[in-house]
Amino acid sequence: MTETTQLAIGRPASLVTDRVPGGATALRGLAARPTLTVAVLWLGLVVLAALLPGALTHHDPLAADPAVKLTAPDAAHWFGTDQLGRDLYTRVVHGTALTLQAAILAILIGLVGGSVVGLLAGFVGGVVDTVLMRVADVLLAIPSLLLSLTIVTVLGFGTVNVAVAVGVASIATIARIMRSEVVRVRTAQYVEAATANGNRWWRVLLVHVLPNAAGPVLVLAALEFGTAILAVSSLSFLGYGAQPPAPEWGSLVSTGRDYIATSWWLTTIPGLVIAVTVLAGNRVARALDTERRAVR
Amino acid sequence: MTRYVLSRIGQAVLVLWAAWTISFFVLYVLPSDPARIMLGPDATDVTQAQLDALRHQYGLDQPVLVQYFQHLGSLLTGDLGRSIGVGRPVTEVIGEAVGPTAQIAVVGLLLAIVFGGGVAVLATWTRNRALGQFLLQLPPIGVAVPGFWFALLLVQWFSFGLHVFPAFGGEGPSSVVLPAITLALPTGATIAQLLSKSLVATLREPYVDTAYAKGAGRWRVQLRHALKNAALPALTVTGLIVGQLFSGTVVTETVFSRPGLGRVTATAVQGQDIPVVQGIVLVAAAIFVVANLVVDLVYPLLDPRVVLAGSRRKLREQDGATPGGPATGGTAPAAPTPSAAPQGAPA
Repeated sequence: MTETTQLAIGRPASLVTDRVPGGATALRGLAARPTLTVAVLWLGLVVLAALLPGALTHHDPLAADPAVKLTAPDAAHWFGTDQLGRDLYTRVVHGTALTLQAAILAILIGLVGGSVVGLLAGFVGGVVDTVLMRVADVLLAIPSLLLSLTIVTVLGFGTVNVAVAVGVASIATIARIMRSEVVRVRTAQYVEAATANGNRWWRVLLVHVLPNAAGPVLVLAALEFGTAILAVSSLSFLGYGAQPPAPEWGSLVSTGRDYIATSWWLTTIPGLVIAVTVLAGNRVARALDTERRAVR
Repeated sequence: MTRYVLSRIGQAVLVLWAAWTISFFVLYVLPSDPARIMLGPDATDVTQAQLDALRHQYGLDQPVLVQYFQHLGSLLTGDLGRSIGVGRPVTEVIGEAVGPTAQIAVVGLLLAIVFGGGVAVLATWTRNRALGQFLLQLPPIGVAVPGFWFALLLVQWFSFGLHVFPAFGGEGPSSVVLPAITLALPTGATIAQLLSKSLVATLREPYVDTAYAKGAGRWRVQLRHALKNAALPALTVTGLIVGQLFSGTVVTETVFSRPGLGRVTATAVQGQDIPVVQGIVLVAAAIFVVANLVVDLVYPLLDPRVVLAGSRRKLREQDGATPGGPATGGTAPAAPTPSAAPQGAPA
């Protein structure tokens, strides 16, 4: 995407023809980085499973067939079956939506909350800045999982509550980055010019400061995707998230735990799916980060 | 120096107080009815009189500020309240749990340092590109693996497959091994990522060339000259690592059914045991603060370039010149060994 932009800046006359080589370069860039390609493909598959689980499986995630309970992975049941004879592959595919929704909700809460706090602190400055950043420092002194657990204690259990807890726990980190970016951008001449032009302060903040400060924050949010998936599935594994029989990645591993001595697939496969998704998310976030640094 | 130490200790106490205050407001003020939360969702046949009695017992019928100062007062006398779940003082519940957790945390940290450091050193030392690439791929994987899943894999392989280590319980030294490995994985991966980055940067420093020019071998340069300086930036994330270990214990001790702080945390959250949760938050913040305090106090001894504010002023008066940066003053006192004398700016 950035490569297209650079080309467009270089030769502004022929925007239409530039789009084709730009896309081709991006494709060639992907081919040169095979791990990134695999990561993007995997994330695409995960999103597909979350939006259209029916496209990947025709079974019902809750349909039990006691005749085939606890069978190892084979051609009929790719990931094997659980203690009630439910198809594990179907349950993993259908569980994607819950896990992904929770992770995305968590990131959105962290992103919005952190951005608002960071913008306020950086733009207003003075006492507001000092107080907000001291509070952020203190929150960073508490391990984020523990912070999430504290919030879950108050809110109660459930997927949405877990997502809120994970999101709130990431506000402090995002707020700090946002604040440092705002402080950097605020002194730029175009911000001064915008103020001198008679724009209201909120317009300067939203139209001029925010878009220019958002880059690193968005990269951090991309990195938070992996962290959020891990945190959400950990909390679900501990039993605070989705309640049975709803399939969710962390709770799938948790139920499989009771059959660990005999049925390895019940824990190993859903856990592997979590690990690969986090790995893919982190890989893409790292690529975005390098891209951004290269542009600057 | 005394002033520096005192001000750092003062800041640490302030952070602790703030962490406790935040947890108080989250746990006691945010929910509309803490008494209901304490009773749990299943308590439906509680009479109003019983609820009132509970509120009175925990002082929940008082105004918020009165409650706050009452709690703060008892905190100062070392009283963290009573657990709702088991009815014993929170300090007792937490105190019992510290020992077993310390065992796996210390062993886990050592494993993390040895293996994380080993991967970083080997990855930068080797001239075999394939091996180096492979080693550098390991830390990102270690960070991405869910702790609970890794623990279960270890149980499958070593407990049910090979019958080497017990799968559950906290009896005997062999029960420490698998939980410690579980804790070590994310921490070791973090250490490896940081250290390999800072080793690569350090090996580009001119003093490394000097060491080679003097005829030192590659292992000697890597271990004796570069590693010492490269390890310093890793110290600054001690707080992060300690927090990671603490978070890890919650999942690890649940999987291995071990007693400890993580288990207490999981049980307290499960039973919505507000006083215990608050006590745990305080302990976690205390561990973080103490770890950072120790690093802050030790760092100037390890890295003489970090001149303390007071002595820097003195130096400036003596030299009549201002050193370049706040932490990288060229007028720093002599380094402990000539070989480790840093030439460039630290990370």
